Amino acid sequence: MVNRVVRKNVRRRPGGVAQTAAFAVCGRFGLVRNPAARRLIMSDSDPPGEERFVFECDQLDLLLAALKKHGYRVVGPTVREGAIVYDELRSAADLPVGWSDEQEGGRYRLLKRSDRAHFGYAVGPHSWKQFLHPPVRRLWQASRTQDRLEIVPEKDDPPKTAFLGVRACELHAIQIQDKVFLRGGYSDPSYKARRENAFIVAVNCGHAAGTCFCVSMQCGPKVGAGFDLALTEVVEETRHYFVVQAGSEAGRQILGEIPHREADVSERTAAERIVSRTAEQMGRAMDTTEIKSLLYSNYEHPRWESVAARCLTCGNCTMVCPTCFCTTVEDVTDLSGKHAERWQKWDSCFTTSFSYIHGGSVRPSGYARYRQWMTHKLAAWIDQFGTSGCVGCGRCITWCPVGIDITEEVQAIRSAAPLPARENEENHGNA
Amino acid sequence: METLESILMEHPFFAGMKPEHLALVAGCAANVRFNAGEFIIREGGVANEFYLVRHGKVAIEIHVPQSGPVTIQTLGPGEILGWSWLITPYKWRFDGRAQELTRAVVLDGKCLREKLEKDHDLGYEFLKRFAQIVTERLESTRLQLLNVYEQH
Amino acid sequence: MFTNNTEVMAAALGPGPMVPAVFRVQRTKKETSDTFTMELLPEEGPQEFAFAPGQFNMLYAFGVGEVPISISGDPARRSVVVHTTRDVGPVTSALRRLKPGEGLGIRGPYGTGWPAAEARGADVVIAAGGIGLAPLRPVLYQILAARQHYGKVVLLYGTRTPADILFRRELEQWRSRFDLEVCVTVDRAVGSWAGMVGVVTKLIPRAPFDPHSTIAMICGPEVMMRFTVQELEGRGVATENIYVSLERNMKCAVSFCGHCQFGPAFVCKDGPVFRYDRIQPLMAVREV
Repeated sequence: MVNRVVRKNVRRRPGGVAQTAAFAVCGRFGLVRNPAARRLIMSDSDPPGEERFVFECDQLDLLLAALKKHGYRVVGPTVREGAIVYDELRSAADLPVGWSDEQEGGRYRLLKRSDRAHFGYAVGPHSWKQFLHPPVRRLWQASRTQDRLEIVPEKDDPPKTAFLGVRACELHAIQIQDKVFLRGGYSDPSYKARRENAFIVAVNCGHAAGTCFCVSMQCGPKVGAGFDLALTEVVEETRHYFVVQAGSEAGRQILGEIPHREADVSERTAAERIVSRTAEQMGRAMDTTEIKSLLYSNYEHPRWESVAARCLTCGNCTMVCPTCFCTTVEDVTDLSGKHAERWQKWDSCFTTSFSYIHGGSVRPSGYARYRQWMTHKLAAWIDQFGTSGCVGCGRCITWCPVGIDITEEVQAIRSAAPLPARENEENHGNA
Repeated sequence: METLESILMEHPFFAGMKPEHLALVAGCAANVRFNAGEFIIREGGVANEFYLVRHGKVAIEIHVPQSGPVTIQTLGPGEILGWSWLITPYKWRFDGRAQELTRAVVLDGKCLREKLEKDHDLGYEFLKRFAQIVTERLESTRLQLLNVYEQH
Repeated sequence: MFTNNTEVMAAALGPGPMVPAVFRVQRTKKETSDTFTMELLPEEGPQEFAFAPGQFNMLYAFGVGEVPISISGDPARRSVVVHTTRDVGPVTSALRRLKPGEGLGIRGPYGTGWPAAEARGADVVIAAGGIGLAPLRPVLYQILAARQHYGKVVLLYGTRTPADILFRRELEQWRSRFDLEVCVTVDRAVGSWAGMVGVVTKLIPRAPFDPHSTIAMICGPEVMMRFTVQELEGRGVATENIYVSLERNMKCAVSFCGHCQFGPAFVCKDGPVFRYDRIQPLMAVREV
C-alpha cells in the first residue's frame, strides 16, 4: 500500500519544486533520482533502509507542516477526557506532552511524566482502524420512483491522512486488516482508498504498559516494516531529539523537506537501547505454542463457563481491538418512502443478534460468544488470514470492565487442557 | 415355489438368524394380503400377531377427534408392523391400515411367545431385533417432535 | 483449506462488493402457504447470469434490508435469476409483496456450489429437508441435463406436512422418470395423503445406491443434516463424499462482516456447501 502512495505522490509532483528544494537542503540523504532505483524501493520486499537520521524535538512541527503541505490531514495522539486518543493535530503542542499511562486489567490512568516526552505512553483506547475502517459509513443510497429503483454507490473520496505515532503493534494490526479487506478473495474499495491515502509515521515504544505483550506476539515494540517514517524519541537531560528511519520513497521525500542529519553512533545506540529496554518491560506475555490446535481441541472446556460468568458481553474488547473488523448494516428510509440508505457500522460478536438466523441466535450463551471471539482471534484467524489476529497491544485487557485477561485465559486453557485428542486435532488442522 | 421359510430368510428382519430358529418361526407364519383401506390392526384390539410387510404400504394412524386420522408413520416393504404382541398387556396402541394393496407375512404372536419363553436364545434374537426397531421409531418420533422444518 | 472460489468471486453482480445491481420481478409464484418463487430480470436489459448450483445471492428489498437466498433456478437458463424462499421475516415478506415490474437489488452469486463434477461416474443421493430442496434443485437440473454421466440418482425429500411440499408438480414429473428415484416423505399427515409418512433420514437405509460409489448432497435444517449423515455413514458412505449446505447470519457475503463464521470458515465464501469431513468436528460443538 505504501508503494502506491509513493507512486501517486511522485506522479503528482514530477520533479517539482518540493523535490528540488529538498535536494538543496540535504542532498546526501535526499530522494533517489535514478528511476530504476526508485522501482526497487517500491517493491514489496524492500526492507527499510539501514540509514538513521536525527532531528531535534522542536522541529517536530516542521514534520507536521511538511505533511500538511503535501495535502495530508495529520492525526495523532492527544489527551482528551482523561485518555490518550487519536484525533486531528494542529501542531505538536496537541501531542500528549509529558503524559504517560498506567494500565492494568480493567484499569487505565494518565500519569504525569517527569520529562516532556511526546510519545511517553503505550496505547490508548483508540486504534487507527477508525480512520481506515470507519465505525459508521454509508455504503449507498437508493431512490424509488414510480417505475424505477436506482442504487447509487457512495462516492468515497477519503482525505489524504498522515498517522503520527503508530506503534509497532498497531502497524501489525493495520497489516492484518489489509489481509482481511484486500487479500481475502474480495477487495473492499473503501478500505483500499483510505489505505492508499495514508502516510504512516511510526514511533518505537519507549514505555510499555502493564497490559502490553507485543514481544510474545512478535509484534513489537520495535517497528518493523510498512511505515513511511519511523521515529524513536530520545529524551535526555539536556537534549530531546528523534532518531528517524525512512521506510518508503514518500517517507524519504517528507524527511527531505525538514532539517535533519545522519545519526551518529551514540544517537543510534541510544535509540536502540530505548526499544530494547521497552521490550524488557512487558507487563504480560502470551504463550502461543501450538495455540491453534490448543484452542481447536478445547471447544469444550470448563474455563469458557468460568470466564463467561465474569464476561458482561459488552463488546468493549472488540471495539478497542485494532484488528477486530466485524460490521453490520442498517437500512434507513426517509418519511416519504422514496429514499433509502444503507449504512455499515462496527459490530461485535458479543451480541446475540450477531449470529441470529431465522429461529434464533446461533450463540445465545455468553460462553459461546467469548469462545468465538478468542478462538477466532488466536486460532481461526491463522487459517483465514495466515496470521494471528492478536498483536499484543493489551487494549482488550485494559478496557474490559471486569478485567478479563486474554493471556490469562489462554494460560488457563493450556494448563487445564485435557489430554490432547489426537484424532480431533488432526481433523481441525485440515478443516 | 417360494416357501414361507425362504420368504422369511429374505426379509431384512430375519437377516442372520440361525436356520433352526427360522424353522421354528416358520411354523407360526402365514401369508396374508390386505386391500387398500383395509385395517390390519386396530387400537385397543388384542395384539396376538405381527406382520412382515413384503409389498405395499401400511399407515400407522391415530384418530384425533375433529381432525380425523393422523398418520404418524408409513411402513413399506422390508419393514415390520406391530410389536405390542411382545409386550404386556398385548394390546394395539394404534391403528394400522393398508394404504394400497399390501402383501405381508403374519406371525402368530401367541405361538411365538410360547416358543420364545421356552428357548431363550431365540427369545434374545427376537428382542435384539425388536429393540432395533423400537429404537429407530423412537428416534424418528424425537425428530418429528423437534418439528425442525418449522424453523428452517 | 476450503474450496478455492476466486473465479466465481470475480463474476459477481453489482458495481462494488457491497452495492447491489437492480433487477425487476418478472413473476412471483406461490409454492406453499409460506414459500414463493421469484423470477427476476436485470433492469439494464438482457444479461447472462451464470452461477454454480448451491450458490446464493443477497436480495435487497427497498428500504427494508438484505438477506442471503439460495438460487433455485436452472443453471442452463441464464437469462433469468430464480429464487425460492420462505416468508419468515421483514425482508422476505417485502420481497413476497413485490409486484411484477417492481425493482429489487441483487448482489451475487456467492459461495461454493454442489460437487456435480466430482459426482460424475458415481451414484448421487440428494437429500432435502423442507425449504432445503430449493438450493438443491439447480444441481438436480444440472445432473439430469447430463444424466448419462451419472450412476443411480436418488432424490429423498422430507418436509413437515403434505401441504408444505415444494415444487410439487416437478416432483411428480421427476417421479415418473425411469432414471431417477424420487422418495417424498412428510413428518405428519392428515386427510387424503397417500404418500410416505416418517422422517427423511429413514429413507436412507432402503434407498437404491451403492454406498461405496456415491456422492451425497444434503440441505435442510442442521439437525436433519446431522441425522442424514449418520444414516449415510451407517450405509458405508464416507464423509468425504458427503456435502452439506450450512446457513449462518450474513450481512456482506464477501467475508468482510464476520457474521457467518463457523470455526475457521466463512460460510459466505468457504461455504455454504461444505465437504462433511472438513466440518465434522465442528458440527458436534454446541453454539460454535
